[in-house]
Amino acid sequence: MSRFLLGRLIQAAVTLLLLSVVVFALARATGDPLTLVLPLGATDEDFANARHYLGLDQPVAVQYAKFVGNALRGDFGTSLRARRPVNDLLAERFPNSLKLAAFSMAVTLLLAFPLGVLAAARKDTVFDTAAKIVATLGQALPTFWIGIVLIEVVGGRLQWLPAGGTGGLSHYIMPGLTLGWFILAGMMRLIRSSLLEVLDSDFVRTARAKGVAERSVIWRHALRNALIPVTTFAGVYFAILVTTAIVVETVFAWPGMGRLAYEAITARDFPVIQAVVLVTAVVVVVVNISVDVIYVYIDPRIHYR
Amino acid sequence: MRRIPVIPLAIIAGFVLLAVFAGVLSPADPYEQRLRARLTPPAWQAGGSWNYPLGTDRLGRDLLSRILYGARVSLAAGVVTVGLSGLVGGAVGLLAGYWGGRPGATLMRITDATLAFPIILLALVLAVTVGPSFANVVISIAVILWARYARVIYGETVSLMQRDFITQARAIGCSAWRIIAFHLFPNAANTLIVLLSLQVGYVIVVEAALSFLGAGIPPPTPAWGGMIADGRDFIMSAWWISLFPGLAILLVVLAFNLVGDWLRDVLDPRLRQS
Repeated sequence: MSRFLLGRLIQAAVTLLLLSVVVFALARATGDPLTLVLPLGATDEDFANARHYLGLDQPVAVQYAKFVGNALRGDFGTSLRARRPVNDLLAERFPNSLKLAAFSMAVTLLLAFPLGVLAAARKDTVFDTAAKIVATLGQALPTFWIGIVLIEVVGGRLQWLPAGGTGGLSHYIMPGLTLGWFILAGMMRLIRSSLLEVLDSDFVRTARAKGVAERSVIWRHALRNALIPVTTFAGVYFAILVTTAIVVETVFAWPGMGRLAYEAITARDFPVIQAVVLVTAVVVVVVNISVDVIYVYIDPRIHYR
Repeated sequence: MRRIPVIPLAIIAGFVLLAVFAGVLSPADPYEQRLRARLTPPAWQAGGSWNYPLGTDRLGRDLLSRILYGARVSLAAGVVTVGLSGLVGGAVGLLAGYWGGRPGATLMRITDATLAFPIILLALVLAVTVGPSFANVVISIAVILWARYARVIYGETVSLMQRDFITQARAIGCSAWRIIAFHLFPNAANTLIVLLSLQVGYVIVVEAALSFLGAGIPPPTPAWGGMIADGRDFIMSAWWISLFPGLAILLVVLAFNLVGDWLRDVLDPRLRQS
């Protein structure tokens, strides 16, 4: 187990190192950021001064080494657009994203389990069909379109919920559901299909034969085993959540990391781009490793060599 | 055997025909602005006119014509991106599985590193870096998407390599190229086809999201995602601008997903779980 964990950690480090090179290179390929920072009448001398001040006149290798060194110490430099330390921006935005993601994930889990289990337990009934329609729509509707339609109908016409921005719990409902629907669709289908498979196995037949109540067969015997494939995909779901957040936060004017990424990219604010991409990647990688570890505890049959 | 999904196939065929013959079928020029007729509602609404069956956008461009032309972008983006990713991913998976050992492991490390990257984020960075265009959208999605296929095809190839017919092919002196092309590829092809068909819809949604964020197909070219973004500011007054392109995406993606599900059940039932 510890050898497995060590291997995964090394792999994660290599992944992040590769990513840092790609991100560093890309951020510098987005064109000269100084054209955006300096006023229109800036002279060549102004450009040279600014370039020197920002360290952009040094060799690329030196810039990269500095970037990695600082990043490891948790320093991502200064935003070119906001003229503030990137860390401040991250500290402002990250909790907002985290709150929205946690809300969305909680709602998704609360809905996915009962719906997925019921769809499997009452296979081929109206209920199963309804669950299937919800899932299929969730996978076919573009997230940003759901968001816009919700804003117009629920926020605009009905005036039931605020159309955007942050605030109390009511502000979480629309972006949270929009963000979660796609994952809910996948998770529900996965729970349904893996539960159906488990319900078909010998130990379930034995449990039923000795007279265990159907409710107990499903919730206590079968569901535990059906959880395994769901756990496998938890990392994938999380990565999808992070990605979808860019679109959802932009639509709902939610001041989180996703919106920060969008703003930074359109403004070529490369210290912020680098930081957002790297922090996101670190979070995704850490979640994936944790999933691998949790996996072993859930399923004692797995032994990592 | 499951029934052939007639309706989804008909929807796809319908949209392909509409896209191909958009030039003939469109009631108007999708680029022509008529500012006097701007924000005209759909024909069946009060104030609508059958000159603009689905209404017009903020510049008075005919929405129906733009949706028909937009089908070209979405379908082409979906098919070309998935094809390109399948080609690269399939090749990497086959080679890594065939070589095994250190070169194979290295290829799969790169694949895993790619998989860890949120797709829209990199596509966004790439699209903004090199400027928004059709080719850049395709490349920036494909540059990550290939890894998904490489992972699955690698697994498939590794298990095929254990089989007797590969050992025999090696024993009679088949070249590496021959084994990969005539022994491994045909056996992994079904899996690849199923994966590709299941992801056309996904790519169409990602392309739309990129166009929506302004990093996709640049205006004034009609693209469904961009049209939805266009209507965003008018959602309270002129809902049709955003609503109809969204419905078009829904129909096409739904159809592709259902056909993909069907292909999976027919060609590769083992994939069913995921």
